[in-house]
Parts: sequence; C-alpha cells; structure tokens
Amino acid sequence: MTCGTLANLAVINTSLRGRARRVTPAGLGRFLGRRIGIGLVLMVGITLVAFVLTHLVPGNPAAANLGQRALGDPAIVKAFNHEYGLDKPVVDQYVIYLGKLLHGNLGISEQSHRAVVTDLAEYVPATIELALFAIVISLVLGVGLGILAAVRRGKLVDGVIRVISLLGVSMPTFWVALLAFYLFFFRLGWFPSGGRLGPAVTPPGNITGLYTVDALLHGDWSLFASALDHLVLPGLVLGIYTVGTMVRFTRASVLEVINNDYVRAARVKGLSEWTVIRRHVVRPALLGIATVSGVAFGSLLSGTVLVENIFGWPGIGQYAYNSAINLDLPAIMGVSMVVAFIYIVVNLLVDILYSILDPRIELR
Amino acid sequence: MTVADSLPLDSDAAPPGVEEQLDRSDRAALRPPWRQPLALTGGLVILAWIVIAIFAPLLAPDPPNSQFAAPLLAPTHQFVFGTDQLGRDIFSRVLYGARLSLPLAALLVAVSLAIGSLLGAMAGFFGGIVDSVIMRIADLVFAFPGIILALAVAAALGPQLRNAVLAVIVVSWPSYARLARSLVLGARTSEYVTSARLFGSSGWRVLRVELGPNVAGPLLVLATLDVGNAVLLLSGLSFLGLGAQPPTAEWGAMVSAGAQNFNSWWVGLFPGLAILTVVLAFNFIGDALRDILDPRTARMLGK
Repeated sequence: MTCGTLANLAVINTSLRGRARRVTPAGLGRFLGRRIGIGLVLMVGITLVAFVLTHLVPGNPAAANLGQRALGDPAIVKAFNHEYGLDKPVVDQYVIYLGKLLHGNLGISEQSHRAVVTDLAEYVPATIELALFAIVISLVLGVGLGILAAVRRGKLVDGVIRVISLLGVSMPTFWVALLAFYLFFFRLGWFPSGGRLGPAVTPPGNITGLYTVDALLHGDWSLFASALDHLVLPGLVLGIYTVGTMVRFTRASVLEVINNDYVRAARVKGLSEWTVIRRHVVRPALLGIATVSGVAFGSLLSGTVLVENIFGWPGIGQYAYNSAINLDLPAIMGVSMVVAFIYIVVNLLVDILYSILDPRIELR
Repeated sequence: MTVADSLPLDSDAAPPGVEEQLDRSDRAALRPPWRQPLALTGGLVILAWIVIAIFAPLLAPDPPNSQFAAPLLAPTHQFVFGTDQLGRDIFSRVLYGARLSLPLAALLVAVSLAIGSLLGAMAGFFGGIVDSVIMRIADLVFAFPGIILALAVAAALGPQLRNAVLAVIVVSWPSYARLARSLVLGARTSEYVTSARLFGSSGWRVLRVELGPNVAGPLLVLATLDVGNAVLLLSGLSFLGLGAQPPTAEWGAMVSAGAQNFNSWWVGLFPGLAILTVVLAFNFIGDALRDILDPRTARMLGK
C-alpha cells in the first residue's frame, strides 16, 4: 500500500515529464497562433458591439446631431446622412466605421471637443497605474488570507476570513470610495485630497506614463513619495472587491492540493509545516491564481469608473463617468472599446503564461 | 525495513488533526442552510427588507419626496438618518428605496436566468450552428468587463431606469447560458435521456421534462449568487446617472447625491449601507448553497 502510493507518485511524475516533452515548439506556435486568432476575432466583435450601440440603437443620428431648423430641411438632412455614410446599407456603414477605427479615429468627444483617441491616450496610463497598484494589493492580501483560511480550514480564522471576503464582494465600490475619502482625507487628513501629485510637484518626464515608475526611473524620491501618497487610498478602495474574489479562489485551490499524497509525503519527510505550504501547496496553487488575476484586472479596470471620480484621479474611469453624466456617446464607446481591448490582451497573456508554466495543460 | 515501509502514508496514519479537521468543516458545510449562521442571518435580513418594502408607507415617517425640512440636517431624533440636499428625510427615502431595489433585483435575475438557461440549454442540446451562434455571442459579452458594457448599453439606450435594467440583463444572461450548456452537455448522453428519446419524445419535450428539472439546482444557486451582483450593477448605473432619475428614491442615486455633498456624511452613508446589507445577505445565502453542490458543479459556477 505504502509502496504503491510512492509508485503512483513516480508514475504521475514520469507521465508529467512525458507530457511536458510533448510541448514542441511547433505545438506551442500553433497554440499561440490559435489563441491570438481568438483574441483578434473578439476584438472585431467588440467593434461590432460598439457599432451596433452607436449606429443602430438611438434611431436617427441626424435628429441627435442637427438642430430643429436643419431637420426641417430635407436637403440638409440628406447631406448630413450622405456625409456620414448613413444613406448606405448597414454593412457598408460598418466597413466605413471599421476603416475609421483602424486609422485611430474614435470620433470627437462632445464635452472636450477633442478626438476621443487624444483624450484616451492622456488618461489611460493613470488608470493602468491605479489598476496595477490595486492588483498588487489584492494579490498580497487575497493570497495571504486565502492560504491562511485554507490552512486553518474549519477554524474560527477561516470563518472570519470568509466573512471578510464576502464583505469585500458585497460593498458598493463607489460607496466605499466616498466613505474613505470622507474619513481619511476630510476628517483625518491622512491622505491627499485627490489627483496624482501634490500641487507644487511637476510630473516626471514621460517614459511609461506611470508616475511612480517614471519617478523611480528618474531616481526622484520625493516625486515618488508624492505619487505613491496619492495612489494608496484610491488603490486600496479599488482593490477591496478583488481581495474578496482572490481570497475565495486561493482558499479553494489550496484546499484542492493540500490533501494530495505528495504534500503528505513532504510532511513525512520532516519538512516544517511552513516549508510544505510554501513549496508544495502554494506553488501549484499560484498557477490558477495567475489566471484569476487576468479576470480580476478586468474588474479593476471597470471599477475605476466608480472610484476615480471621487478621488479626482485623472484616468479613463473619471473620463467615462463624466461622459456618462453628459451622455457623450463617442467617448463612452471609446472607453468601452479600450477597456475591452486591454482586458482581452491581459487575458491572452495570462493564458499563454499559464500554458508555458504548467506543462500539464494540453495545448489546444 | 525499508524507508517506504516506515512512512505513514496510509490514510489511517495521517498526520493527527487533518482528518478530524476535514470532517468537522465538511459536516458544517453539509448542514441545511437554515442551520448555518451566515445563511440564517442572510435570510433574516432579506425577510426584514421584504417587510420594509411592503410596509414602507406605514413605516416611513414622511413621503419619500416631501421637502419640508431644512437641507442637509445631520441625524437627530426627528430625522434619524438626517436630511438630503433638498431637505428630504433620508430615512424615509431609504425605506422607500427597498420598494424599487428588491423587486428589480428579483426581476433582473429571473429574466437573466430564464433567457440564459433557455439559450444555454438549446446550445448544449442541439449543438451545431445553434451552439456556435449562442456561445459566440456569450463570449463577446464576456470580453467586456461587466459594468463597462452595461454602461455602454445604458448610455446608448438613454438614461432611464428601464434601460439600465435592460443593460444589466444584457450583461448577466451569458453566465447562466454557459452553466446551462455545460450541465445539459453532461446530462445529454445519460440513460434517462436516451430512453426518453427512444420512447419517441421530441427534443423540446426532453429538454423541458427530462433535462430541465435535473439542471435546475445549480442554475438556481448561481441565480442566488448573482442577485448581489445585479443589485451592485444596477445601483452603480444609477450612481453614474444612467439608472433611476430624480426624484426617484433609489439607493445608488442617493449615494451619488452623497458624493456631491461629501462633507455631509449621512447623505451617502445610509443608502450605501442599505445596498451593502441586501447584497451581503444574498451572498451569505448563495455561499451556503454553493457548498451543498458537489465540487465539480461548484467549480463550474466559478468565483
């Protein structure tokens, strides 16, 4: 029986190695090609959704864009429809729309009167910085608490962590943002009122567009401190929801491996409990966590819509908020497309990383 | 004696504590929901909110839109939650808000569940082109992070509560479709389905009579877990001005008013607490229900 278990381990081990060997460069190439292909199809699909929402749903674009008097004149309406290709069949309209998108033309924002692309280029880095900070926080807290809950399964700690993670996914983000802003800025004055930097600080030279990273690259510590100071509170608030999901997922994936024979074998070998957890339990679980991070990044990006405005964080979240309030349709569609694109790219990267790191995954 | 022999790898010689520990928490998970403290708490909170929603006109001291008090009064014994920027009693508005949020949440989830499971079951059962079309559309919705697509749909349709509800349904149905499809795929080749087909039942009849009841359980658990998300999404849209329009007493819109008057903390705090308690209660119940499902199905539910 005992020997049998060890033999099983050996079999699993060799079968893993056997499979790992099957991942030939050609197989990997085919897998990558397929995955990138799916990503591209999804991106085209996203433009289709944006097209349907902007061109087909509101009914009559002429009515939305022309004044009352111009609408009374059929010639003007006809000229308007002709100029924007609205007199052509829907399919042709979509092709025109796609052509514009490929040239980076997302339309003109109705509030800023600038090209939506220009606006987005300015705001995207701020949001990326915020979302990255939030995902680091939720990974550290979420994975840590998740492991703790799994190791102490069924104990009081587990119950407390369960309630915390359920609270995290149940709190309306915009409400937490409001309370945090009121308490930590207005009442306690622990954090700055908003924005990305203090009033007297000039932004670092643009390398990545992420102020904290750029400040480090320039070796400017006071600038880094100011940027980080502004990042912490909105980042924490944004991360609360994903901490909840990370805790749940980590706990589940750790529990899946913690009763495996090889974990037991490692314990029996005399390794300390901490070493067993770190080396034989957490490491296999981390792969799954990488996948979840991709999804979590999507929810963080969209969460910025509800958080940035309250902290005056000049990213696409605030831009989307202002666009929503003013019904600036080109801007809203621009934000949706950019966020969906980033989301697809991140998930693609995570997928690829996952399949390279874990040889057991069959490349299909 | 070899090293292997001395290794206590048998389950009966497992490290002390592990087995007993597993047993205890497994038993806790398998207790019926009404004997689990979290699920029980959740149920009581929902019950309380339903009572509030029904009897709001009797419980609330003022009608939700009467403006006879001074604006932005801090909570006192007369106005326990204070007054908002228009001098309306926030306590009354929070109570009346339940009349909107609870039925809408139920409606949203019921419609998404119906649409999603029907489409998903069709995809799984009929396969082929039906499957491809339905699941590609679902993939497309999944390509957007939730609130972003809801935001785009609600903005394109126009800022109205009805359109926000539609937007949330557009975002929510695919998760039911995916689950229903995989459940039906799993059950399609089972013996009871084959024998029903041999008896001459039509595909639709098998779907309705044989498969329906067998895949309903996990779908209902997903629905319970999803109520919280639907409430958060809808109140988020209202917070963005794309849902309930003034002067409707809706919790998300009330938090938005709190953001415009952030130094009067009570304006945003109480409606947000209302959202939190409802969402948390449904998540407590859903969480307990998920533990009852077998692990493989639970994994399909994700999260």
